Amino acid sequence: MSGGVDSAVAAARAAEAGNDVTGVHLALSSNPASFRSGARGCCTKEDARDARRAADVIGIPFYVWDLAERFRADVVDDFVAEYAAGRTPNPCLRCNEKIKFAAVLDKALALGFDAVCTGHYARIVDSRLRRAVDEDKDQSYVLGVLSAHQVTHAMFPLGDTVKSEVRREAERRGLAVAAKPDSHDICFIPDGDTAGFLSRQLGAEPGTIVDVDGLELGEHEGAYAFTVGQRKGLRIGRPAADGRPRYVLDVSPVTRTVTVGPVEALDVRGLVGVRPVWSGPPPVVPTSCLVQVSAHGRPVPATVWTTGPALAGGASPGAERLVVELAEPLRGVAPGQAVVVYDGETVIGSATIDTTARHHHAP
Amino acid sequence: MTPSPEIVYLDHAATTPMVPEAVEAMAACLASVGNASSLHASGRAARRLVEEARETLASAVGARPSEVVFTGGGTESDNLGVKGLYWQRRSEDPSRRRILASAVEHHAVMDSVLWLAEHEGAVVDWLDVDSTGRVHPDTLAAAIAGNPHDVAMVSVMWANNEVGTVQPIDDLVAVARGHGVPFHSDAVQAFGQLPIDFAASGLQAMTVTGHKIGGPMGVGLLVLDRTQDLVPVLHGGGQERDVRSGTLDTPAIVGLAAAAEVAVKLRAERAERVGRLRDDLVHRVLTVVPDAVLGGDPDLRASHRLPGNAHFSFPGCEGDALLLLLDARGIECSTGSACSAGVPQPSHVLLAMGVPEMLARGSLRFSFGHTSTAADVDAVVEAIGPVVERARRAGQNGVRT
Repeated sequence: MSGGVDSAVAAARAAEAGNDVTGVHLALSSNPASFRSGARGCCTKEDARDARRAADVIGIPFYVWDLAERFRADVVDDFVAEYAAGRTPNPCLRCNEKIKFAAVLDKALALGFDAVCTGHYARIVDSRLRRAVDEDKDQSYVLGVLSAHQVTHAMFPLGDTVKSEVRREAERRGLAVAAKPDSHDICFIPDGDTAGFLSRQLGAEPGTIVDVDGLELGEHEGAYAFTVGQRKGLRIGRPAADGRPRYVLDVSPVTRTVTVGPVEALDVRGLVGVRPVWSGPPPVVPTSCLVQVSAHGRPVPATVWTTGPALAGGASPGAERLVVELAEPLRGVAPGQAVVVYDGETVIGSATIDTTARHHHAP
Repeated sequence: MTPSPEIVYLDHAATTPMVPEAVEAMAACLASVGNASSLHASGRAARRLVEEARETLASAVGARPSEVVFTGGGTESDNLGVKGLYWQRRSEDPSRRRILASAVEHHAVMDSVLWLAEHEGAVVDWLDVDSTGRVHPDTLAAAIAGNPHDVAMVSVMWANNEVGTVQPIDDLVAVARGHGVPFHSDAVQAFGQLPIDFAASGLQAMTVTGHKIGGPMGVGLLVLDRTQDLVPVLHGGGQERDVRSGTLDTPAIVGLAAAAEVAVKLRAERAERVGRLRDDLVHRVLTVVPDAVLGGDPDLRASHRLPGNAHFSFPGCEGDALLLLLDARGIECSTGSACSAGVPQPSHVLLAMGVPEMLARGSLRFSFGHTSTAADVDAVVEAIGPVVERARRAGQNGVRT
């Protein structure tokens, strides 16, 4: 229970459905700010209090679990390392994969609980993860990293409800968090300044900004501050010859080079993902499906197949690859993002994007 | 009041149910008007209740009525005792900046001392304890001997809240007295369980609180030697010898006095009964969970260990997991240390005793009190085996398995 409205209503619904529910608030920072200021972050003392009050009102036991060390190692350090390597990670997805449905789930199962219930907007139908009814709030993408085992032990009571109804329900149930604003930021960067956070973690690594022909256009203080598809904040003095805006096409931390170019150069038609995870039975490949590459991105038709030995085959970990051929181009796809594969509204699985291609891979 | 019958309440060191005498005494004056500092009839009536309570309490702790200073509870008394004595001694001689305090103090003392070190120029010498949590008088003597003239004060608790270890207060006070150094002791856990005589102890200041002895929360005492001056923490109307300003909480004070009277009258009998229950729990838990480690002094006599205290560490377990599993079975106890965000930290008391951090994280304190029964012991003994087994499977937070 984060202290927000969604997890409070999810807990209330789970309890009302007859489950033996215990509320858990995760302390994810070893030095939580006393009070939220401006944009809201997670795991402040105020959030812990809000969560505790919600548990009181629902009438369930409540505990704070300290997972700060795990969170730092598996989410924050991973986030910094991924940016340092020129990739674009999604920490919420990593938190679901490593903390909420791993560290918390493992501990809960060992303590005798059956499942982890959260306020995520997604559904589980016949043990398969599906999109939420509320399309705007759907969070199946950030849950796409869950394995079949994790999905089996997950409960998402809000998946068939729209957010506005959840707020009304919170009010009806006397939960004081009914009007609390949604969280949007990365919880460990409450001021929203990701570039500033990264520069504090990684220090200055000055390099150059070049165009596709290698012509030097400017300088930067750290390639990690750039993301493929980014347009703003490039600080290139000279306009392009044709006067069109330029976008980040590639980030190479080794050479500290950021490559920029025209928008159509961002079009991607093929992806290769590593460490595929199946949230149900592995698909028979190649398969026609939909893929989504960011939390609020649009799903596009694609054909996917796998190469390399599957993990279950006793191969070395991570040898399997997910190859994605897009039926229409996607723009602004960065290595490090997750590609989540859907069959209609059902999540099949996901992989971490390793490379992108402007042309189709040969099947 | 008394916990509901289906709950096994073994957290009396956190707070113990109010005794009926205290409830009745408080209830009788809750609705009466009158500020004990007012001069009119209503004020005088309130003042009379307060002064009668002061006399009762003075007699209960072995002090003169003028030595009883009412406060808002144990934490305030500790703050006042530590900061007030430090400021007083420093104002008399600016070279007196050294505070000697045991490494196993409650946070109310420990954090007051740390605050003085950070903001008021204090220098802290933490007095080492042995593996049972006890300060040896030689340790104090050696610390003072370093420079007897720069010592502002000593603070060593009478008995420890987590592991129940009773300090050799008489011997420690004798060491400090030889150098004219004032001595404060937090007796929050000791009062009501051990015989306490402030005058005989030779202490200059002693902390007592209401809700650990069957009185109300939010009221306590600093028993302060009448010859001892103190710089106040709270300034205002000059109540309580100008040492602690603030309108006196008449009903709470009356309730505290009623509880103290009962606590002293029944102390020996209760201590014996509670001690037997505790002994039974210790022996049976160590039988059911053979690798459990008894924390604190293995000598269970009241001269060494609080009769109501049982403390165990369960290897490979996380204290909060044990707590959750027992709570789910209606058994209420404590990990022994708490923090404002509710995140358990390994106890500084156990670490000071040399308990390894991994073991310290798997600690539980069961504390008995006046409502405890043999059925409480049976319930814990029945539950503890499966609970420890399950908590062990869950492992320790942040530790990869």
